[in-house]
Amino acid sequence: MIDFSIILAGFGGQGILSAGKFAAEAALYEGKEVSWFPSYGPEMRGGTANCSVVISDEPIGSPVVNDADVVICCNQPSMEKFESSIKPGGYLIVDTGMIKIKPTRTDINVVEIDASGIADEFGAMAYGPISMLGCLSKATGCFSRDSFEKSLYEVLPERRHKMIPGNLAAFDKGAEKV
Amino acid sequence: MAQKRVLMKGNEVIAEAAIRAGCRNYFGYPITPQTEVMHYMAKKMVQIGGNFVQAESEVAAINMVYGAASAGFRVMTSSSSPGISLKQEGISYIAGAELPAVVVNIVRAGPGLGGILPAQGDYFQATKGGGHGDYRNIVIAPASVQELYELTVEAFNLADKYRNLVMILGDGTLGQMMEPVAFRDEEPIETYEKPWAANGRGYNDDGSYKREHNTITSIYIDPDVLEAKNRELQDKYAVIKANEVRYEAFGLEDAEIVITAFSTCSRISKNVIRQAAEMGIKVGMIRPITLWPFPEEIIAKTAALPNVKAFLDVELNAGQMIEDVKLAVNGQKPVYFHGRLGGNLPSQKEILDKIVAIHEGGKV
Repeated sequence: MIDFSIILAGFGGQGILSAGKFAAEAALYEGKEVSWFPSYGPEMRGGTANCSVVISDEPIGSPVVNDADVVICCNQPSMEKFESSIKPGGYLIVDTGMIKIKPTRTDINVVEIDASGIADEFGAMAYGPISMLGCLSKATGCFSRDSFEKSLYEVLPERRHKMIPGNLAAFDKGAEKV
Repeated sequence: MAQKRVLMKGNEVIAEAAIRAGCRNYFGYPITPQTEVMHYMAKKMVQIGGNFVQAESEVAAINMVYGAASAGFRVMTSSSSPGISLKQEGISYIAGAELPAVVVNIVRAGPGLGGILPAQGDYFQATKGGGHGDYRNIVIAPASVQELYELTVEAFNLADKYRNLVMILGDGTLGQMMEPVAFRDEEPIETYEKPWAANGRGYNDDGSYKREHNTITSIYIDPDVLEAKNRELQDKYAVIKANEVRYEAFGLEDAEIVITAFSTCSRISKNVIRQAAEMGIKVGMIRPITLWPFPEEIIAKTAALPNVKAFLDVELNAGQMIEDVKLAVNGQKPVYFHGRLGGNLPSQKEILDKIVAIHEGGKV
């Protein structure tokens, strides 16, 4: 795997940047080279937030992703902005709870998931993007569920370990959609 | 022994590296995209008994650096391009007074307030002076988060070794990105005596002072004295130039084209070199790690190789390091350029297209 690239996009506060970090941590756990790069700068509350994650067997060139293997969209403006950034044959993972428009591309794979519905069900917004990581892992194999689980135990402080089972359940719900 | 790799942000790694290198004094003023250096220092310095001051301005911060360095302490400040411009007076004074200090510039796009995205438009400012007078900063350009760590530790050693300012020149990409970093169990800290430091004269048993006053200054009104002082500085710079050039080079022995690029551009170019090889085009690379002293010798030698047809210099500016590349190549081979401005990064395809054009002898 060389420079496998993912863009995660949504609005600020949705847990997009954290989800990207967890994806990078899971791949790092597998001994891969990884990079995580946020959109940074003056953003307003409720504005857009996105990050790029690159996973590779080789040292990573640019952490900034223009053509992505996978785009994860958690709101409509993100889909309008990033649908065109997917490589032909790549994946678009869409939160249908947030996004009412349909993708226009026909040369990509689309995974639809009511991630915000899952977030409501689990009682916190951040579970939505986590469920979409389940789709990502199942659809592309860029990291395994096992690595995701083990990296959470390694990265999160112990006082937050009680949240891990919920995250894994959300992750599994996402994987079922693929 | 290296520890397990952890995922960390470039800016935070700079701060962690400084602390590991024994820096207990940090003075700064916030600016995107380097503010996480400050955040980290603000949190950690309190815990370890160091000094953190959010100064009232960049000018104040660099003069606090002057003060702490005068007293013999390891000290650092960080900022981004417009803030580094404000620090230039202090940087020149630090050069004149020969004070060891580390200054970090996480470059953003200019000129003026410009934008907050990554750029390399401060190459001239960093390597050719920036402030007034005949002086040189050692300028180090890391290309990964791991290098940000290792080279920041080294920056403190070099600063003390030569009583010289060392600048870490990064960019917004490097500062903002997270990458794995493996810390060492023990840092290679070099300790240098600082008999020149203004850190108290001390008393003998009879109440007399232990030594004469140490004076830290950059003012020399007598032209002959100032000329001698300048000669001393130039002699020091010659020693640094002879001993401290660092670069990475590969594929030169059979390269048709050699890319020169530093930091972020070198990373992108490495992937292009792999793509070019798949197309049967042999491309090598010289990546300056020290921008001053500049690795001119390896570039001159490479230009003389019969297999090398041309150079391609890639930068996030309108063409700055290329002037030093051209001086080193000295007309032996053509030097082409590809640059992006305003905070944009070149794509692999853009660079590859240039490589192909040079290879085919077409218009570049």
